[in-house]
Amino acid sequence: MKHLAILAALIAPVAAIADPNPADWDAVKAEAKGQTVYWNAWGGSTTTNDFLAWVGSRVSEDYGVILEHVKLTNTADAVTRVLAEKQAGENDDGAIDMIWINGVNFAAMKEADLLFGPYAEQLPNWSVVDVAEKTVQSDFTVPTDGFESPWAMAQVVFVHDTADMPERVGSMQALLEWAQANPGRFSYPQPPDFLGTTFLKQVLVDILPDASVLSAPATDENYAEVSAPLWAYLDALTPNLWREGKAYPATGTAMFPLIADDELDLSISFSPGAASTAIANFELPDTVRTFVLDKGTIGNASFVTVPYNSGSKAGAMIVANFLMSPEAQARAQDPAILGYGTVLDMTAITADERAVFDGLDLGIATLSPADRGTVQAEPHPSWATRLADDWADRYGVAQ
Amino acid sequence: MIGRIVTALRSKLSTDVKTRHDHKSRRVLPVLPAITLLAMLGPVIAGLYGTILPAFGHLPAAGLTGPTLSPFYDLFDWAGLPRAVMLSVGVGVGATALALTIVALLTAGWSGTPAFRFLERLLSPLLSVPHAAAAFGLAFLITPSGWLSRAVSPAITGWDRPPDLLIVQDTWGLTMMAGLVIKEVPFLLLITLAALGQADTGRSAAVAKALGYGRLTGWLKTVFPRVYAQIRLPVYVVLAYSMSVVDVAVILGPNTPPSLSVYIVRLMSDPDLAMRLQGAAAALLQLALVIGALMAWRIGEAIVTVLGHRWIMSGTRGKIDPIVGGLALTAGIVCAFLVLAGIVVLGVWSFAGYWSFPDFLPDQLSGRNWMRFGPGTVEALGETALIAAVVTLAALALTVGCLEAEYRYGLRLSSRGIWLLYLPLLVPQTAFLPGLQTLMLNIGADVGRLPVMLAHLVFVLPYVFLSLADPFRAWDVRMGVIANALGARPDRVLWKVRLPMLLRPVLTAAAVGFSVSVGQYLATLLIGGGRVATLTTEAVALASGGDRRAIGVYGLMQTGAALILFALALIVPAIVWRNRKGLRYG
Amino acid sequence: MDRGLTLRDVTILKNGAPLLSLSRHIGPGEVLSVMGPSGVGKSTLLAFITGTLAQDFSATGTIILDGMDVTDAPAYQRRVGILFQDDLLFPHLSVGANLAFGLRAGGSKVDRQTRIDEALAEVGLDGFADRDPATLSGGQKARVALMRMLLSDPCGLLLDEPFSRLDTALRAQVRELVFARAKARALPVLMVTHDAEDAAAAGGDIVTLSPLH
Repeated sequence: MKHLAILAALIAPVAAIADPNPADWDAVKAEAKGQTVYWNAWGGSTTTNDFLAWVGSRVSEDYGVILEHVKLTNTADAVTRVLAEKQAGENDDGAIDMIWINGVNFAAMKEADLLFGPYAEQLPNWSVVDVAEKTVQSDFTVPTDGFESPWAMAQVVFVHDTADMPERVGSMQALLEWAQANPGRFSYPQPPDFLGTTFLKQVLVDILPDASVLSAPATDENYAEVSAPLWAYLDALTPNLWREGKAYPATGTAMFPLIADDELDLSISFSPGAASTAIANFELPDTVRTFVLDKGTIGNASFVTVPYNSGSKAGAMIVANFLMSPEAQARAQDPAILGYGTVLDMTAITADERAVFDGLDLGIATLSPADRGTVQAEPHPSWATRLADDWADRYGVAQ
Repeated sequence: MIGRIVTALRSKLSTDVKTRHDHKSRRVLPVLPAITLLAMLGPVIAGLYGTILPAFGHLPAAGLTGPTLSPFYDLFDWAGLPRAVMLSVGVGVGATALALTIVALLTAGWSGTPAFRFLERLLSPLLSVPHAAAAFGLAFLITPSGWLSRAVSPAITGWDRPPDLLIVQDTWGLTMMAGLVIKEVPFLLLITLAALGQADTGRSAAVAKALGYGRLTGWLKTVFPRVYAQIRLPVYVVLAYSMSVVDVAVILGPNTPPSLSVYIVRLMSDPDLAMRLQGAAAALLQLALVIGALMAWRIGEAIVTVLGHRWIMSGTRGKIDPIVGGLALTAGIVCAFLVLAGIVVLGVWSFAGYWSFPDFLPDQLSGRNWMRFGPGTVEALGETALIAAVVTLAALALTVGCLEAEYRYGLRLSSRGIWLLYLPLLVPQTAFLPGLQTLMLNIGADVGRLPVMLAHLVFVLPYVFLSLADPFRAWDVRMGVIANALGARPDRVLWKVRLPMLLRPVLTAAAVGFSVSVGQYLATLLIGGGRVATLTTEAVALASGGDRRAIGVYGLMQTGAALILFALALIVPAIVWRNRKGLRYG
Repeated sequence: MDRGLTLRDVTILKNGAPLLSLSRHIGPGEVLSVMGPSGVGKSTLLAFITGTLAQDFSATGTIILDGMDVTDAPAYQRRVGILFQDDLLFPHLSVGANLAFGLRAGGSKVDRQTRIDEALAEVGLDGFADRDPATLSGGQKARVALMRMLLSDPCGLLLDEPFSRLDTALRAQVRELVFARAKARALPVLMVTHDAEDAAAAGGDIVTLSPLH
């Protein structure tokens, strides 16, 4: 064991020297040619999978980078893998070259020194990213410090079938009252699913008179008191949930078929355009619309990051940079493709590029950026972890 | 342990080989049984070793050293544990008992009748339908908005929207149990049929009938004890499998909390490393549960034997036979129907445009879903087929080598040794695969296709061996004596006489092995490190997204991949031996 | 060189216990019939001579075939032909291919085909080369099995209850054929049988074995 440690210490600086320098973009391009990038990204959404395949064909065309989408059911799997590789001394060519990540998982990887970088702010396309208006330099309040690069903006929207639920609700309190009047017609993904945990945070952000406490880490002292209204809320809501809260959909997209089947009238999504995309793919009826709460809803950015032990860092940076290109961003925003919000500053790109964005038909169920209200900040990740754990103890085991 | 077995085999070999004279293949053939045992048991034992250490807090790679019991304390602190354990045990024992009961009563009441032959023909191909595909099919049928509900709505039920009923993912795991039963009934039925062929059952049943016993009661009293002795180990396999299954549990099982196996997989993939220790502890608990359940089952057997003896002594002739037989036949047909209709509904979803409740069929059918997901499935199909083909060929080579070594050198497994064959199927996957993954990482073995193949081999080998051993041994050895006397060397006898004559069983064994490999979920997921995407891992990954059109496409492809070799195993011998009457029914 | 089949002090043991003992010489063209109750080890004796003794058995003594000690030779090098009560034709091969399997390697393709055709003609089965063995009658199968064995050019012939499956009319006919061919080729024949009539028809010595213990 001791010998291994010495060996690792000897090898480590060499590996560091061999890392590509993002500021020298020509060298990055040269090195990236022919590299295979294993992008670990959640694989449960077929539209996302299709988009990633398109990205793969484009970076292969322009840069000779081969992109392989490793479909995850849970992003934490990728984090575990890198961690396990580090323990096993696999420091040079790990299985993972890039991860679609944010929030807790990013915080964990950054904390454990599992990331390559900083690289994000040296990428050529960083110059057109909207750093002023969009939360692309902090991830759930944790500074990104250039260790991850943004590629999509997400915001909580509520998805309702107007055939059964014609009117939107303006607050979480109103949602509870509606659910009590219409039992069995609403559900949310089971935490610790990303969207499910987001729902918990959204409740808390909306019902707390002052949500600013959430931007600091949760403490043993304040957690119970701050979260108490949430549990009271859920205790009232749960009996009125779909299946009386004895079962939950696994993910956000798993709720769309339930709306299509008329099992649910209302669900949530983290992608303002997803409902329109689903309508185009026959997954939702065309009576579906989206809304946000009066006080706005939580929003955040989706990032990609590169593990410290990737053997294809240059290739990964090529992909990360391409994801921030106007071409990729416009395609991602097209509801017929993905319907994700762009991270770009519309004033920083050329008129021609802007015209592509302006020409997008956002779809009947997509709110225009102006109608999405205030984007509320994500709470500190420590809240998400505690809330999800607490939820599992309260509602995730035998009731 | 493996070392002892290998040494024992070797010392046996050295004495045997001296007295024999097959110079050419002396080097390779006699060590094949040892290699086979190593391939089958090595990963299991290594994996268990890799599980035990972290379960007691020992994970040096993470700077944690044991021994400590804290992983177990953490595990027992989890509020969901009692229910997760109950699910694991309840679903496992329930599914096994139910499937065995259906099969026993079905065979008792109907074997030898046209209805039975029909059901047998219906169920045999269903054996190869992957568990995940059958589970998806079942879910698509029986959810409140499923196909069965659509078929009777709103005409009969009056439902114009689905009722809010907890059917799939129900708290007690009943749907999960059903999903297992519909897959285990074909398995146990075929195993029972094979056992029937070996026991002299026809005459016993006839005698019982002549003594005035009902068909079903007579069979149960005279034949079943002998048959059960033969199918005991496969029943244990079903029990161990049902208690620790992951993919079916993910698709059909509850989540508040999930079954123990699903919880283990979840712990093993948590970014917090401490969770791995708890996961290892849970894996050991799973192992203990399976061992405990097997022992309890064994005691149950003894009790049933006593009760059965009393029942036999009572001399009752079986007045309610027709009712019980009718129920059993109905249950058998329902099982077959649920799997078959499940595959059909997967097919309908794969072509579905918009399809709202309570429409029986989609608004429009289109090839759009296949255009979207087809290319992805083809890629996964290539990976699946490559792995399955290599693993099946390796398993066949090892199995034929072992059986041939048994024939030439008498290296036969004792009746105790048969347990070794079943061991990889009796140790819960969730107990040793995570440990194996950790170990492989520690020794720096890269993830990827080859380790996945080796992991698949652990599960494929026993099935290939068990399905080929009987026909291989049943081959008339006088054919070999004749061929030897005609001047043919042992290798020539094997290649030119024995294997051609055994073409059909060899292909059937290959088909069994192939479908087992196609259906592997956990081994592919954990050992492949996510880089190896087969149809099964892709399909289960899609389960969380709930896109039924994509699941339809993948489920159908998965089923097709598993079935194709069974079709070939029927067609190829029929074509190759079309002019050989003596082999047509072989 | 001493032609014929010699069994010198042969003792067959089952799990170490002696089963039978025999010491005989069978000259070219002679037949030795071995009789005795079942379980006495008659078939085991043949297995020892062909070199295919089963696991539970062992044997001592020497087998000499045409002057060569073959006791320790591999089965496929002994040149001992054997016929069982079943024809045991290879079901996956045509009649002609069955014969070709027995025919010693070597010779041109045409040459081999001619020998196969001649062999079939010898037993009245002209033109049967392409037939599926399963479509043959019992007598025809027995004749093909005999010729297959003879084509392998054996130095001795073993018969294991060879005629017991045939009906009475066929039995005499096949029996006569087998002994005639063996005599024509001057082969020593060792026959084990239950049937006194077979033994008598063989015309040679008859040994009746009885259990040793």
